[in-house]
Amino acid sequence: MVTKTRPVEVNQRIEAEAPAFRVRNLSFFYGREKVLKGITMDIPRHRVTAIMGPSGCGKSTFLRVLNRLYERIPGAKATGEVWLDGENILDPRLDVVALRRKVGMVFQKPNPFPKSIFDNVAYGPRIHGVRGRRKLSFIVERALRQAALWDEVKDKLKRSAFDLSGGQQQRLCIARALAVEPQVLLMDEPTSALDPAATAKIEELVRTLSQGFTVVIVTHNLQQAARVSHHTAFLLSGELVEYAPTEELFTRPKDPRTEDYLTGRFS
Amino acid sequence: MKKRGLADRVVKVITWGCASCSLLGLGLITLFLFREAVPLFSRVSFGGFLFGAVWRPTSDPPSFGILPMVAGSALVTFGALLVAVPFGIGVALFIGEVLPQGFRDLLKLSVEILAGIPSVVYGFFGLVVVGPWLQGVLGLPTGQTALLAALLLGVMALPTVASVAEDAVAAVPDSLREASLALGATPWQTMWRVVLPAAKSGAFAGVLLGMGRAIGETMTVLMVSGNSPVWPPSFLSPVRTMTATVALEMAEAPVGGLHYRALFAVGGVLFLFVLLLNLVGELVAHRVRRGA
Repeated sequence: MVTKTRPVEVNQRIEAEAPAFRVRNLSFFYGREKVLKGITMDIPRHRVTAIMGPSGCGKSTFLRVLNRLYERIPGAKATGEVWLDGENILDPRLDVVALRRKVGMVFQKPNPFPKSIFDNVAYGPRIHGVRGRRKLSFIVERALRQAALWDEVKDKLKRSAFDLSGGQQQRLCIARALAVEPQVLLMDEPTSALDPAATAKIEELVRTLSQGFTVVIVTHNLQQAARVSHHTAFLLSGELVEYAPTEELFTRPKDPRTEDYLTGRFS
Repeated sequence: MKKRGLADRVVKVITWGCASCSLLGLGLITLFLFREAVPLFSRVSFGGFLFGAVWRPTSDPPSFGILPMVAGSALVTFGALLVAVPFGIGVALFIGEVLPQGFRDLLKLSVEILAGIPSVVYGFFGLVVVGPWLQGVLGLPTGQTALLAALLLGVMALPTVASVAEDAVAAVPDSLREASLALGATPWQTMWRVVLPAAKSGAFAGVLLGMGRAIGETMTVLMVSGNSPVWPPSFLSPVRTMTATVALEMAEAPVGGLHYRALFAVGGVLFLFVLLLNLVGELVAHRVRRGA
């Protein structure tokens, strides 16, 4: 059987277990500029999928389609289909609040609220109607443990989040996202503002998180993609060039452009 | 090259001159104000002046208690804040968070125009439109009350509150809004629970500056507050503010007399009030602009 487009063929090598996202022919426009060009891929459940590529390749945009955060930008438009739990999340009638409860996000720079550590983590549950100190305390502790931050902050939950170091702030933001019990965690270059030690901690955390969550991580750091992900997608100028199990993509790239990128011929 | 250096120096001298002139002006006004006021206190006790309940400057013996006017100013100013704060902060949030980009400038412009309307126009409008309306609706003996003055002053102070608060809202980093929205918060929840708390010190500066604006306003309150220099029994009765007192009586007070000095002392009290409000307000606003 002859397949016409490469991505579909590539996808067949990604394991068949029901994927978290099915992306079908996704294109994205800022005004008249086409930023993503017909991307088709399955993002597997309970795995870490890395999206890598040079600056401006559309990888952050791709992430912001998965929780519809792109809608804030005037003139932004997505076409195609992205399926999650039997729903096309690009459907304008979709409940974005419900979507974003399922799909959490961590940003490039740590962005804690100017509130206490506790209130940062409790923010999500509170806006979704969780009341009662004991219930909230339970959720906050669980989320901070999941984010490997509990031991460092358990005695100072009332202190401002700004008293934490950059790496701790980023783990706090991860805890804040986990507190609403999402299925998916989107991470947009989560270590780009951090030092190597803090980066190592976050990477270790990402690997652990994939046991309970689907993680999609955007990075322009090749080593990071290699270290943390099960699958890697390589985007170039809005096009999905190659998508394969990470080890395969790094050791036996099929596309010459992937090879060029891996060997540092362009950045 | 040499010519350029000369021009630079000339400009520098001129700007320095202008800057020192305004400082000098401020200094002279302050000096004059207090020089004219201070001799009053050789005849009238300071406590009796500030806390005396009777203002009868032309009786024999005269009585110079400014408490009724302080109360009048306070009543009118707080009433104005009740109008200016919720609406000013509401306008700031509406401009910053709700309106699409294109309409923001339009609303900002109209708020600025509100600030540019002469106070006598507000006063006239209050006198012939709002006052009689209030009188009719509330069944009052007169429409010229603290309430009317407060309403008009509130509208006049609104642009100050709104523009400072709007700066504070704009200074809230967008990453906080994104964080909130990405957690599934609605834009409304994001505005109330993230943007407003993050902008609160800036909004507070706006409130202080708006208060300074309201407390110092003269023409409008003179026209609409009824000007009765007695302790105001309620919000719905005529009051007289400190500013109105000075404006009303200065023309009839003989220069150098006690009455004259008492009016300067009232000006001094006002001056200190407004100075304090503006100082604290600017301090907070400055910290906000620097993103502290």
